[in-house]
Amino acid sequence: MSRIDVRKTYKLYIGGQFPRSESGRSYVVNDAKGRLLANAAQASRKDARDAVVAARAAFGGWSTKTAYNRAQIVYRIAEVLEGRREQFEAELRAAEGVSAAKAKTYVDAAIDRLVWYAGWADKITQVVGNANPVAGPFFNLSTPEPSGVIAVVAPRGALLGLVSVVAPLIVTGNTVVVIASQDNPLTAITLGEVMATSDLPGGVVNVLTGSQSEIAPWLASHMDVNGIDLTGVEDAALASELEVAAADNLKRVRRPAPDTDWLLEPGLDRMTRFMETKTVWHPIGV
Amino acid sequence: MSNIFEYAPAPESRAVVDIKPSYGLFINGEFVDGHGKAFKTVNPATEEVLAEVAEADDADVDEAVKAARRAYTRVWSRMSGAERAKYLYRIARIIQERGRELAVLESIDNGKPIKESRDVDIPVVAAHFFYYAGWADKLEHSGYGSTPLGVAGQVIPWNFPLLMLAWKIAPALACGNTVVLKPAETTPLTALLFAEICQQADLPPGVVNIVTGAGDTGRAIVSHPDVDKVAFTGSTEVGKAIARAVAGTDKKVTLELGGKAANIVFDDAPLDQAIEGIVNGIFFNQGHVCCAGSRLLVQESVADEVLERLKRRMSTLRMGDPLDKNTDVGAINSGEQLKRIRELSEVGDAEGAERWEVACDLPTKGFWFPPTLFTGVSQAHRIAREEIFGPVLSVLTFRTPSEAIEKANNTPFGLSAGVWTDKGSRILSMANRLRAGVVWANTFNKFDPTSPFGGYKESGYGREGGRHGLEAYLKGEDS
Repeated sequence: MSRIDVRKTYKLYIGGQFPRSESGRSYVVNDAKGRLLANAAQASRKDARDAVVAARAAFGGWSTKTAYNRAQIVYRIAEVLEGRREQFEAELRAAEGVSAAKAKTYVDAAIDRLVWYAGWADKITQVVGNANPVAGPFFNLSTPEPSGVIAVVAPRGALLGLVSVVAPLIVTGNTVVVIASQDNPLTAITLGEVMATSDLPGGVVNVLTGSQSEIAPWLASHMDVNGIDLTGVEDAALASELEVAAADNLKRVRRPAPDTDWLLEPGLDRMTRFMETKTVWHPIGV
Repeated sequence: MSNIFEYAPAPESRAVVDIKPSYGLFINGEFVDGHGKAFKTVNPATEEVLAEVAEADDADVDEAVKAARRAYTRVWSRMSGAERAKYLYRIARIIQERGRELAVLESIDNGKPIKESRDVDIPVVAAHFFYYAGWADKLEHSGYGSTPLGVAGQVIPWNFPLLMLAWKIAPALACGNTVVLKPAETTPLTALLFAEICQQADLPPGVVNIVTGAGDTGRAIVSHPDVDKVAFTGSTEVGKAIARAVAGTDKKVTLELGGKAANIVFDDAPLDQAIEGIVNGIFFNQGHVCCAGSRLLVQESVADEVLERLKRRMSTLRMGDPLDKNTDVGAINSGEQLKRIRELSEVGDAEGAERWEVACDLPTKGFWFPPTLFTGVSQAHRIAREEIFGPVLSVLTFRTPSEAIEKANNTPFGLSAGVWTDKGSRILSMANRLRAGVVWANTFNKFDPTSPFGGYKESGYGREGGRHGLEAYLKGEDS
């Protein structure tokens, strides 16, 4: 008799732990051919709020780590992902129905993207900050700082898309609450397992699975969220509604771009959009 | 006030300005009639009516946007950066040439002391145009690309009328955009004089359009479908309304909004300088400054001494005729603003804070409020949380650096902050931990065209000034 598989329970990833949704709800996730893959947790408003609390709690420690340290941790995520690449390739083939070659391309690109962003941690300040030659006896320096807690609606690309929106936010010191692709949420939770074992402090990345249109409005209107990245929002009406809600505390907003080709090399914009410029003055004298 | 500080009157001459009885809108290089209900602008120091000003209705705004679009498509976006630069340099030079006229007009329309309009506002306006002129042909080195956005709709406040105009128009034009700008309804005159300066500079028609009016005119600009970029300086409330209005569009937005800055004084601070910094922080421009140091956080061990010195210094501030060259504190910009300052101060009394104000004779006409401070203020008091936008300082105390940081950051705003201490490592640590866009250490309220200005959190987004200020008016290298 053949061995019976031990299946995985897919839960949420909040504050470094893997809780079920407090609502007790789940939803069916099928593979590309319509066969059952697993039941995913269907996150609620309360889960979203818990995730924001975890992200806020993690922000102080994460944003004040040295840039070198953040670089090593993001690089470590790439290392651990490389070690588990067969699992991710298999998941992508099952969930998205892509060929083995395509799955390998996506995993390669996701790992390489993490390495690319890791290197930015201790360089972005040098590239986008500068000294200002004011007309007076003052030292004057502008440097970028992370905006804070950022909510992200992830695009469809279950691995590469997700990595491409999350990595640029955390490498600069932000903490993140990400709503995984509604149709392909399982890889996001598996990626959570990678992050949980990569020295990434709990709460820096929090992953919610479930209904985008149910969870995103709570995050868009949450007064302790500093920015929202709408990249994965495909419904224009929902995107407008979220942008309106985000104005309540003037969140920094990145508008939708669901059709982005994630295989192309990114620019700096995904980092700089959620950074603030701080300018410090001090008199020069004797 | 003691007699030894009495000064003979030293009024600046008004003869240098020629205020017309009425003003139209500046659209496509010409002054035209507006179709809204004309309004009056008054001298806030005397309540004298200065002029009648046209109000732009939706159709007028549409004309202005069309003129800006034509100028963008046919002229300005096609012109080389080097040529655009020359126009901006011309404007900078004419502002310097007509500096005294602009300063006097600014003080008459706004109420600010001539000392400030002459020595701060107008020189910084000229410097701003000079600075951004030089960027026009160097944008490919900016890090933000060199592609302009198109037509910029800009709405500015009354506290630094011409300076805010410069912060908006200079970078927009340098980057190749054309503009439709609305000055505040209580301070339109220097913007209209600026329109004349554009004519003197032979700036192509439609590159700069100035439309006057109040909130409705501003809304028409912000919501106009052919405006590619919205830039606003003003209240957080209106900023939020603008953020909602542009939702779902492709408009790029920058917002420079309110603040409630902490000015933190440690026990080892150089107190003479700190007192000057506190006074400059809150009484400069009658406290009508979004980055004003309106919350003084003073370390408990020196609180008594700082307060005693501060009161003594405040008692020497000379309040009165804005055009008098000895005046330190001028008039409140409008009756409406005076009402708000009075109301919030009364809330301060009612919530149990203790009011102290400079004993002085206020003029019988005009809008005046004496330099005031409140002690015994707690974090929960409205005067510690809300922007008063007037010459009112709330004083709180702290014991440790961590407590100072916690109190300073405990606000939805994040525009500016001040730190006073002789210890270098403490300055840098405080500067790192303060969540604010501008941190002044052992100084306050310093502005320069090369230095980016703008807030964190509900103080808005985007930066004005410096290389960073270009980002607001360019498409970017990627996105």
